[in-house]
Amino acid sequence: MVGIVLISHSGGLAAETAALARQIGGAKVPLAAAGGTEDGGLGTSPDRVSAAVEEVDQGDGVVLIPDLGSSVLTARLLESPGQVVIADVPFVEGAVSAVVAAGGGASLDGVLAAAEEAWHFRKL
Amino acid sequence: MNTEFFAAWIEEITSAVRAGRDHLTELDAAIGDADHGTNLDRGFTAVGEALAAAPPGTPGALLVLTGTTLIRKVGGASGPLYGTAFREMGKAFGEATEISPAELSAGVDAALAGVRRLGSAAEGDKTMVDALAPAAAALSRAVRDGLKPEEALEAAATAAAEGARATVPLQARKGRASYLGPRSVGHEDPGAASTALVFGALRAAASR
Repeated sequence: MVGIVLISHSGGLAAETAALARQIGGAKVPLAAAGGTEDGGLGTSPDRVSAAVEEVDQGDGVVLIPDLGSSVLTARLLESPGQVVIADVPFVEGAVSAVVAAGGGASLDGVLAAAEEAWHFRKL
Repeated sequence: MNTEFFAAWIEEITSAVRAGRDHLTELDAAIGDADHGTNLDRGFTAVGEALAAAPPGTPGALLVLTGTTLIRKVGGASGPLYGTAFREMGKAFGEATEISPAELSAGVDAALAGVRRLGSAAEGDKTMVDALAPAAAALSRAVRDGLKPEEALEAAATAAAEGARATVPLQARKGRASYLGPRSVGHEDPGAASTALVFGALRAAASR
């Protein structure tokens, strides 16, 4: 199954988005939250993110979903074409779509495409 | 310029960042998240510890270790950006033990290319590129014109400082400040300001 890592400036935002996505998309998807700095502040920790990538990597690829600023740059440092890819998508909606697709057994490209569909979710 | 020179550069950056920490954080408070000074201070303090724990034998190794440490320890966007800049410069130096002004210039060009690639920022976006790109160009011109090393570093430091000041009227198109839109106008970009400190420190290392 494709793994997913949610990377946010905020540890709480990443963890809660993961909880929401897991509740909608299924508990069996390898999903990790990597938010905040190591001392619990706002920011991103490359060590934390790379540990999360290892944790969710089952050999089918990993999709990184960053929120903004340093989380995007940290994600870019870990990119590895065909294996670890970044989804440039709205954080919450993209996370939910990606988890649902991964839970359905989609390939890496399929999960990425599902996450990108989140750009078109209208609320009204 | 040997390993000692580059170690002196990092020491000068560390002092400049410490002295400028509150100013950088104030600039960042205006258009960002008020952590640039403290983040860089933490990062370069960690670099000092890493270099002391395992002193590298070449300028390239020293800069790669500096970059890797910044990536791991800074916490904000400046970690990956400065980390990439120092790592790319270190990789450009390879195994050489003595770096000529022309090689230094090529290293700064490699740093600029790395930062541009990672951040997708161009000149005029109100980012560190607005100080780094003119500094790289000034250094390259100075080397081509055969200036003495001190004069070349002076030219680079001046260009970086002028580039940073020129970010004041710009509207941010990259980074956190871009979320502010027109409200980012009228403030110096913190990343460009710290880049000016980095090149000021290079000049200071040469006049030690």
